[in-house]
Amino acid sequence: MALAMAPRMRCLYIFNRNGMCLHYHVWLRSLMTLSPQQDQKLMFGMLFSLNSFTAKIDPVSSGKENNPPCSFYSFRTNTYKLHFMETASGIKIILLTDPRIGDLREALMHIYSNIYVEYVVKNPLYSPGQPFRCELFNMALDHYVKTLQ
Amino acid sequence: MAPAKPGDAAFANVDHVNAELFTLTYGAMVRQLLTDFEDVEEVNKQLDTMGYNIGIRLIDDFLSKANVTRCSEFRETADVIAKIGFKMFLGVTATVSNWNADFTECSLVLDDNPLVDFVELPETCQGLYYCNVLCGVIRGALEMVSMRTEVKWARDMLRGDDAYELRLKLIEHVAEEYPYKDDD
Repeated sequence: MALAMAPRMRCLYIFNRNGMCLHYHVWLRSLMTLSPQQDQKLMFGMLFSLNSFTAKIDPVSSGKENNPPCSFYSFRTNTYKLHFMETASGIKIILLTDPRIGDLREALMHIYSNIYVEYVVKNPLYSPGQPFRCELFNMALDHYVKTLQ
Repeated sequence: MAPAKPGDAAFANVDHVNAELFTLTYGAMVRQLLTDFEDVEEVNKQLDTMGYNIGIRLIDDFLSKANVTRCSEFRETADVIAKIGFKMFLGVTATVSNWNADFTECSLVLDDNPLVDFVELPETCQGLYYCNVLCGVIRGALEMVSMRTEVKWARDMLRGDDAYELRLKLIEHVAEEYPYKDDD
């Protein structure tokens, strides 16, 4: 999968509320230390814990049901930046990118609304809760990601 | 309470389909189910199951287009369904009423029901809940946002009542739990 310029996107995960990895899309990932299953499980588990951690430690929100729960949306290291989005239906979208990239919250929302919902959820041949492989989704995703770089 | 405007905005944002095409397609589907299953109770169940399968997908479509934040309590959920959900997908609004004492049960009364245009139930189908698919849709959609509910028709104009009223009952909130066992 050769892109014309150096890609800033590394990889994408989509999980559902039960921890099932619905999709894993890779553009550039030279190092993968774990098997795919372990990698996905680790990713999901870490995010689940991180989400509840950020909510519990929030100094501003009282934590009552009236306030929307606090959720983290990205973290950065010296080699990559991880962007996260979770919907009310439990769909979690994770994007790993180059560390210099800015805020991608809107991009993740776009990937959810215009690519995932349009090509996967509305696809009658897709069984919800199962991993999917959809050419239209991949094409739309690649196309969109190119515009982000 | 969610204002009516977001419902209109959401309605304007989605693709529209011809109302008659929708009504006639649904009618053809129910007729086919009646031919296939012959038993009215079975058809009711099938409609509910089909609605459920629609609902579990519809929720993502709804969340991506409707721009609503997470509801903090069930009262808000019912309002969002009535004002935004119904408007967005059926083009009609509903009113929420008849709350029970601890706000876990309410009625949704539809102003209008596009599914039943041109429909009259014959004698052989008196037990049929023609719009039972709506019950399944709401149940399926709410299940994907961690709420287990029970949705039934309280009043149905095709069966002689004066309005279309759904009774929506919240059974429980299902908390998100860590799906993996700790020893894995």
